[in-house]
Amino acid sequence: MNSMSRSDDPRVVEETPNLIEAKPVPRPAVWVWAGIVIFLVLGLISSLIENPNYRWDVVSEYLFDPRVVRAVGWTLILTVAAMLVGIVLAVTTAIMRMGTNPILRGVAWVYIWFFRGTPVYTQLVFWGLLAVLYPRISVGIPFGPEFFSFSTKDIVNALVAAILGLGLNEGAYLSEIVRSGLNSVDKGQWEAATALGMRRSTVLRRIIIPQAMRVIVPPTGNETISMLKTTSLVLAVPFMLELTFVTNAIGNKTFLPVPLLIVAALWYLFITSILMVGQQRLEAYYGRGFDGELSQPRKVKGMSRRQQAILSAGTVHDSTNVDVTP
Amino acid sequence: MTEPRTVPMVDVQGVHKFFGELHVLKGIDLVVERGEVCVLLGPSGSGKSTLLRCINEMEQISAGRLYVDGELMGLREVTKKDKTVLHRLSDAEIARQRSRIGMVFQRFNLFPHMTAVQNVMEAPRQVKKIPVAEANRLARKQLAGVGLTDRAEHYPSQLSGGQQQRVAIARALAMDPELMLFDEPTSALDPELVGEVLSVMKELADSGMTMIVVTHEVGFAREVADQVVFMDDGVIVERGTPEQVIGNPTEQRTRDFFGKVL
Repeated sequence: MNSMSRSDDPRVVEETPNLIEAKPVPRPAVWVWAGIVIFLVLGLISSLIENPNYRWDVVSEYLFDPRVVRAVGWTLILTVAAMLVGIVLAVTTAIMRMGTNPILRGVAWVYIWFFRGTPVYTQLVFWGLLAVLYPRISVGIPFGPEFFSFSTKDIVNALVAAILGLGLNEGAYLSEIVRSGLNSVDKGQWEAATALGMRRSTVLRRIIIPQAMRVIVPPTGNETISMLKTTSLVLAVPFMLELTFVTNAIGNKTFLPVPLLIVAALWYLFITSILMVGQQRLEAYYGRGFDGELSQPRKVKGMSRRQQAILSAGTVHDSTNVDVTP
Repeated sequence: MTEPRTVPMVDVQGVHKFFGELHVLKGIDLVVERGEVCVLLGPSGSGKSTLLRCINEMEQISAGRLYVDGELMGLREVTKKDKTVLHRLSDAEIARQRSRIGMVFQRFNLFPHMTAVQNVMEAPRQVKKIPVAEANRLARKQLAGVGLTDRAEHYPSQLSGGQQQRVAIARALAMDPELMLFDEPTSALDPELVGEVLSVMKELADSGMTMIVVTHEVGFAREVADQVVFMDDGVIVERGTPEQVIGNPTEQRTRDFFGKVL
């Protein structure tokens, strides 16, 4: 309003105001801390280089050892496969818990209760022992006839046991993330969709889940990073091809455990760094953390038009239950 | 013209609604004829919106019967040995009943991840299984009908409130409904955007659509309504033509209300 009335008046000449150029408040603490941090970091680096116990020559010798590289591959396979099993279970059980069938709601609740309530290590030992506990698994009617059966150890080998163990445990945690994602979508979306005659399953698939992804995906990325390191627990099965076990074995055999711990740590750091870049991309795509700043639709770097539209519409409310800690 | 039918479009008989202890609707009887525009007026909390939501089963009624186009809503009466037993309808049957009733919400409730044309296409595609190309053509026709041909590819967040509500009306009309329900369609709009939505609704009324409108726009009621219903505290206080109810109310409560509003 102001600028319009001013430009209407030809007598007023646009003046450049005297812009304020003031010195900022001095912040000596920043310099003090910079000094302390530089001192500590230099100390750490010199101790890493000069301490012969680290045996950097051994580290470089084994960093790209074929056994180690193969172990990295197995760790990645375990991570991806367990996350896939977890995601399928999580979506299924989250929808079960929100459904109208009280039996399925109960089943999902018990699943989450049990697999979150027991240590993943114990679960992995159990999956490893499955073939001992149940040598043959048969499909049939309880106390009645059986249709077919198979030897447990033929199907549930160490790899399958490791993936099942990690995946079932992860599914229970992810289920809560998926559920808060589904709950974060505005109730009006359900109402509008059902008023149009859509069935529950259609509403979930077409309307709710696409919007809930904004809340679900970023913490799932976080869980993937966490899973990368949880795979080291599969020695409980025992599955003996992944990174921690292989580097430990080499370290024990050569009596050089420390350099091989470093080898493993460097690989975990490297993969985590890549996953973190991926997670950052995903978060940018789904526009987390832009809430409030974005009243007008505008291009946010890396974010799709569709995700921006969801964000600007404000129909998805971030749940306080879901926390993203990269 | 189609053959005259005796069944009214909406027939509400003695409907009660409780929310827990709260008695929201206290015995509502209402008949809306085919092609009629019925406007529900009344103070907030009087039960207007609840009644509207009961008609398309967004809320389950606690007592009474509710018929749309002669069909009992939400329930089935099964007579066995001279005894009538009520059965609730399944989700699928309720979805089918709802698909014939269009609803427009105060807060538009457009699907934010879909463009205007995708919003309009969605229900015909998913519910009526109309092929994409055909659904797209029909959706653009509906958008043209509300004057938004050039906004088809916009996401809801890129549209003004008035435009969003017009898309919402087009979305409801795309299901080819026999009855349209409007739940305070202009209450969330900036004053300068109310007119464009009301004029779309007026055109729709002129085209012969049966409409039930909950609104605070007394001017719209006066101009467009065939029947005005004044509700207060869960009961219908007064009903009749706009001239009678708004212009010359007989009940004290009605007079008080319009005395404050007008």
